[in-house]
Amino acid sequence: MNSRKIELMVGVFMAVAIAALVFLAMQVANNTDATRGATYTLSAKFDNIGGLKVRSPVKVGGVVIGRVSRIYLDAEYLEPVVEMRISVDYNRLPETSSVSILTSGLLGEQYVGLEPGFVDDFVEMLQDGDYIVNTNSALVLENLIGQFLFSQGND
Amino acid sequence: MQFFVNLGRDTLNWLRGVGGASIMLFQALVGKPQPLKMFPLVMRQLYVVGVQSMLIILISGLFIGMVLGLQGYTILVDFGAEQALGPMVALSLLRELGPVVTALLFAGRAGSALTAEIGLMRATEQLSSLEMMAVDPLRRVVAPRFWAGFISMPLLAFMFSAVGIYGGYFVGVQWLGVDEGAFWSVMQSSVDWQHDVMNGFIKSVVFAVVVTWIALYKGYTAAPTSPGISAATTQTVVYSSLAVLGLDFVLTALMFG
Repeated sequence: MNSRKIELMVGVFMAVAIAALVFLAMQVANNTDATRGATYTLSAKFDNIGGLKVRSPVKVGGVVIGRVSRIYLDAEYLEPVVEMRISVDYNRLPETSSVSILTSGLLGEQYVGLEPGFVDDFVEMLQDGDYIVNTNSALVLENLIGQFLFSQGND
Repeated sequence: MQFFVNLGRDTLNWLRGVGGASIMLFQALVGKPQPLKMFPLVMRQLYVVGVQSMLIILISGLFIGMVLGLQGYTILVDFGAEQALGPMVALSLLRELGPVVTALLFAGRAGSALTAEIGLMRATEQLSSLEMMAVDPLRRVVAPRFWAGFISMPLLAFMFSAVGIYGGYFVGVQWLGVDEGAFWSVMQSSVDWQHDVMNGFIKSVVFAVVVTWIALYKGYTAAPTSPGISAATTQTVVYSSLAVLGLDFVLTALMFG
């Protein structure tokens, strides 16, 4: 086997490998993630975050605008704080916006749903590091059943 | 009493082996770089180690992907969740099966050949002849084979995953009728470049080092007899398979635990 044939075959090998890598990059993995580029950070305090995890999506009307970057417990008030990295493409969120923890589908993963608020002369836009005040906690099934049973007992 | 003696002897032998293998690898790889001499040697070994393993990798990848598609579909359809077939196939291939099965096949296909080749060089005193000609056999024989294995196995693992995902697509979408758009879009939304593809790549790099290293060391230290080479080849396959599976658990626990 002469060295030219070997070089040809190694070249083919490399080309197939690069093709496989490109296929994985373009077709299989998500490169158009909202948190790829520049981001800014928003935080929100909840009473209960349910099954929310780091890297869960933050959605406005179903469109992913960012991801949960950190979840920790506020040292003083022992409230869960969710830190989110939002793409700078969406930097016009008014401070009257509200966030809630929602579930996609009946058994799906939990995500942060952001509902943009109203805008008038006194409302400012959310900046890097701001807290979103208006929050709704995750629905916990056990509490829901408890409330249902309690309301049944009143009848 | 005899038990402790045996245990101590085995431990010392094992340590001696690890030390010898480390010294061999160090002497083979560390030194003045000679890219002009090295390049054609690595090229030839890439052909032997990489290109000639490509066919078995592609065919196994295709069949494993097809089996994943079939098995996953029959389970997921019970829950009405057959859209989750895409991420199931892609994640299991990228995270686990791609690196691991590639490493096992590579140990069987290329690792055993490396051991037998170097063992036979030792037995027919080709390595000693090289030394007589003032050519360092570690740099001339061992190093190009190591680099070839190191380069080719991650690439083979990428090919394995890509072909396997296509196999899963073929069975799931073309044959069993999972919706094509859902298959790809749910896959894209759950596969992350950094977390899944790159961690699988790191795994296959680690496996490449371990498998090639074991194969070269076993060949280099093989007893220069027919049974010696036969035993060394067997040990290469057994040890590298065990090392790959054990390391895979540790790496998985570190990456995804």
